[in-house]
Amino acid sequence: MKKVYAREDVCIGCRLCEIACIVEHSISKDIIRAFKQEEKRPARNVVEECGPVSFSVHCRHCDEPPCVQVCISGAMVKDPRTGRVRNIPEKCVGCWSCVMACPYGVIKRDTNQGKVIKCDLCPDRDLPACVSACPNEALLYEER
Amino acid sequence: MKYVIIGNGVAAIGAVEGIRQTDRQNPITIIAAEPYATYGRPLIANLLRGKIHEADLAYRPETFYRDNKVTLLLGRTAEKIDVAARRALLEDGGKVPYDKLLIATGGKPFIPPIQGKDGPDVYTFTTLDDAGKLDALVGKIKQIVLIGGGLIGLKAAESLNDRGLKVTVVELADRILSTAFDQTAGNIIGNRLAEAGIEVITENSVKEIVRKNDRVKGIKLNDGQKRSCEAVVIAIGVIPDKDIVKGTGIATNRGIVVNDYLETSVAGIYAAGDVAEALDLLSGERRVVPIWPNAYTQGQYAGRNMAGARMAYKGGLPMNSIEFYGIPTMSMGMANPAGAGYEVITRLSPEKNVYRKLVLRDGILVGAMLIGEVERAGILTGLIRNRVKVSSFKEELMKDTLSLSSLPGEIRAERLSK
Repeated sequence: MKKVYAREDVCIGCRLCEIACIVEHSISKDIIRAFKQEEKRPARNVVEECGPVSFSVHCRHCDEPPCVQVCISGAMVKDPRTGRVRNIPEKCVGCWSCVMACPYGVIKRDTNQGKVIKCDLCPDRDLPACVSACPNEALLYEER
Repeated sequence: MKYVIIGNGVAAIGAVEGIRQTDRQNPITIIAAEPYATYGRPLIANLLRGKIHEADLAYRPETFYRDNKVTLLLGRTAEKIDVAARRALLEDGGKVPYDKLLIATGGKPFIPPIQGKDGPDVYTFTTLDDAGKLDALVGKIKQIVLIGGGLIGLKAAESLNDRGLKVTVVELADRILSTAFDQTAGNIIGNRLAEAGIEVITENSVKEIVRKNDRVKGIKLNDGQKRSCEAVVIAIGVIPDKDIVKGTGIATNRGIVVNDYLETSVAGIYAAGDVAEALDLLSGERRVVPIWPNAYTQGQYAGRNMAGARMAYKGGLPMNSIEFYGIPTMSMGMANPAGAGYEVITRLSPEKNVYRKLVLRDGILVGAMLIGEVERAGILTGLIRNRVKVSSFKEELMKDTLSLSSLPGEIRAERLSK
């Protein structure tokens, strides 16, 4: 399946991917409204910086997702057709088991909602918003 | 080929999904004493607390069973296994033939021999029906005592306290959450529960449940203290519910002993979940570790092997994640090691309810405990699972800024290339 891959050698640490993610998952999908009027949710990727190195980490949509195996409510599911791992917010109870299980650390707690939040590969788009927004081609959406 | 699964816990779901990875056609039957398809069992505490509705409990959508060609025999108890004839025998006289059988009967509450335990007003807390019975007490009674300060007992205490009951928890050990957490963590959670109005008594036990005209009136503790109450919940823990294997010749120890393929000593019969004594990743021994992730994963591997895909189970890693009144708590691996030879690093900020602990053996991360600050905890779990030597970057792992960039370049590159 196609996933988002990061290239740490060309990432400039601008975090435009995070902004694009927040806007894409906002109600209005408008940057000004998303940041000024809506309750701001965390971005679904994680930009990490370590000295000169930076890179964006995205859900790996694992073949055997530990987050699905530990989920106590059935909120975390892997779609057998698309391979995508998604969280159904209506079913999530905020036990954080998936946060404990994900070896990439890419599942975030949205403590306002009491639910987790994670990359869904932007189901409404052909190219995920973070990849579109990256100015230096540090994010690739491809099948490997 | 007929697959039969006894039990409606998450191991059954894992098994269906495991079987269907290899065999998309042959019929699967699930037999369960409870009249419900698999539900998020730990969610009974959320239900009792009033945070979710019964309709939210289903672990998989209704279509799951149809789509996977699963026949549900619910509310029907499998009593025996006729190994020679390959049939599960039901209490109501039904006979269900199988070619491959999975025993996933789970655990049953452990009830110690406390004087006065038999009779009305004494409850357990492991099923949806248990939650219903406790829910029915709300508004009718004022005081309740919970025996057992583990995860189940404390979640029940939290729920009942929120519903307006005066709750007392009695724990035998010197701290609450003694199985997976340590004294420091137990104190943080204990203080938070006390702030919320729950009385927590440790290093003590209920000597007698006092009755008058058969109804519960209170408890007497070992040290002579008394508490009045109108009901008692026994939530000490669960023990493997293995009665069904009596007379079958299936080898048992504490639980039903299974090999690396989750198969019991009788060919064609498998066991998974809280009833099984399966491989434990860190110790390399077979142990009963009744936790949700192990149950699902063991079910999945059992299913795969039942369907003929020979895949060895890699072993379970003990882990717990649970939140008490807004304080997230996690414990992974050997977070509370016994004996010498361990390097333990801790960081405590009691005023912020934050505690972090790492356990190393020969430089390898073998356990972690996180209270209050749990972001990206799974990175630690991954290091434990992969037995990574962390001595050169352990300080990085103690920071709340833990991330993949905390890891050496080669490990990070390997993770990012997945």
